[in-house]
Amino acid sequence: MNDALDVTLRLLVVFVVFLTFPLLVGQTEHKVMAHMQGRLGPMYAGGFHGWAQLVADGVKFAQKEDVVPADADRRIFQLAPAVALLPYLLVLLAIPIGPGEGAVGQVVDAGIFFVLAVMGVGVLGSLMAGWASANKYSLLGGLRTAAQLLAYELPMLLTAASVAMAAGTVSLVGILDAFEWWWLPWQIVGAIVFFVAGLAELQRPPFDMPVADSEIIFGAYTEYTGLRFALFLLAEYAGIVVLCGLTTVLFLGGWHGPWGADGLGWVWTLLKAAVLAFVVIWLRVTYPRLREDQLQRLSWTLLVPLSLAQIALTGIVKVVIQ
Amino acid sequence: MTLATTVGRLHLATDSTTGAAESHGFLSPTGVEIAFLLVGLVTLGAAVFTVTTRQLVHAALWLVVALGGLAVEYLLLTAEFIAWVQVLIYVGAVVVLILFGLMLTRAPIGRSPDADSGNRWAAVTVAVAAAAALVWVVVDAFRTTWIDLDGPAAGSTAVTGASLFQNWVLPFEALSVLLLAALVGAIVLSRKAKADRAAGTGGTAATGRVAGTGRAAGTGGTAATGGTTETDPPADPNGADKGGVR
Repeated sequence: MNDALDVTLRLLVVFVVFLTFPLLVGQTEHKVMAHMQGRLGPMYAGGFHGWAQLVADGVKFAQKEDVVPADADRRIFQLAPAVALLPYLLVLLAIPIGPGEGAVGQVVDAGIFFVLAVMGVGVLGSLMAGWASANKYSLLGGLRTAAQLLAYELPMLLTAASVAMAAGTVSLVGILDAFEWWWLPWQIVGAIVFFVAGLAELQRPPFDMPVADSEIIFGAYTEYTGLRFALFLLAEYAGIVVLCGLTTVLFLGGWHGPWGADGLGWVWTLLKAAVLAFVVIWLRVTYPRLREDQLQRLSWTLLVPLSLAQIALTGIVKVVIQ
Repeated sequence: MTLATTVGRLHLATDSTTGAAESHGFLSPTGVEIAFLLVGLVTLGAAVFTVTTRQLVHAALWLVVALGGLAVEYLLLTAEFIAWVQVLIYVGAVVVLILFGLMLTRAPIGRSPDADSGNRWAAVTVAVAAAAALVWVVVDAFRTTWIDLDGPAAGSTAVTGASLFQNWVLPFEALSVLLLAALVGAIVLSRKAKADRAAGTGGTAATGRVAGTGRAAGTGGTAATGGTTETDPPADPNGADKGGVR
């Protein structure tokens, strides 16, 4: 009975985090972008600084008619948003936010592999959406999504492997237990490569060629309306939460902090993840969209060699230490 | 190939159920064994759909279900590491590559009338022969053994790593050389396509080049993870390549 209660409680907490954190990131994005571009942003809904704007958006999405194009492949078209969104919920289960086994939804032995594998599945949702819409813009978006995933999955895996080498384990909890502060400068190249590759996998600007709204009209999501489109948007923000959490856990030491690591470990995790989420938004406002060939070149000629160099460095330091 | 492995897995499933039933008493299989059998049936069904559906993209998506089912089977056998690598490589990379190739070339919504091959009977023969060989090998090798699910995980990352780099180092290295050869071959082929285009022959050379990059990703990913020592990974990047080049 106690076990069942424990499991239920953990699942509930993860689910609540899954439902609220992406919205928090979305709201922050509204505000940060508005300030960086010297405008007000949504200010009226709900009173104080338009805090209820996202709720209003949600209500709007829920009210819209759910349209499936006549030529579309109906079942796959309708299934795609779920395939895009659910993997992020599963990944959240495995991210530890505090010390010990009590502060993680579920301890996964091969945590890194679990997380990266399941995140890769989410991209299938975009591919299915792009193909099933019977729309050439959507198909182009789907193609670009696939090409981007193939290009950026490799550096992401290699840098994650570098951390696993450093820690001597592939369990996320184990990596945090083994973390020392000097890993930060040691793995900094890997951290940047991982973060950039993760951004590209989420198709966030400046890597948003697959959705390029001004060019191919939101790519794979062109034909989606109402709640299903909202689910894709939610998947993007859930992806930001997951990517920031993962970067925090793998490279920034998670719950380790200069002080208060005993009781306040989760605060450190959330703080670091929040700063990273801010950087994600910052990058969106700062950089123009990369062209498709620039995207591929960045990955194959810069990120992959850098991550290989990071692995070599990790190996050398590891041998020297021992 | 998938069908064959699936059938093999399924037979392993029935094998282990009967084996365990003997020790636990007649007709009292545990929940895990029932789940194993059910997931095996789903996997088999998805594999059959994969090879019988007339819609190309649906075939690729059914393949996702079949491969995912296999991953669940690994999980039920406590081989967690293999399960996630299976999802990462096959679902995350190989199927995405197949979908990419399909969408780049021909992926009509609805039936593809020319999807049927004239080699149907040859294919069935080869598939049945491969399935029979795999089932025979598996049954012969694991006749009376079954995994103790209650003890320490027999397939955890630590155990897998230790046996991989202690007992199976040589096959592991041979496989990585094979993958490297495939990688080099892919690059050579795509360079050739580029040269052809320069000569003014290939209208599809650009396609070949893009697929070439993707192909390198697939093989490189497999090599980098280094966790796959099953028998079929070397074959699969090639299979995916064909999808990309066409």
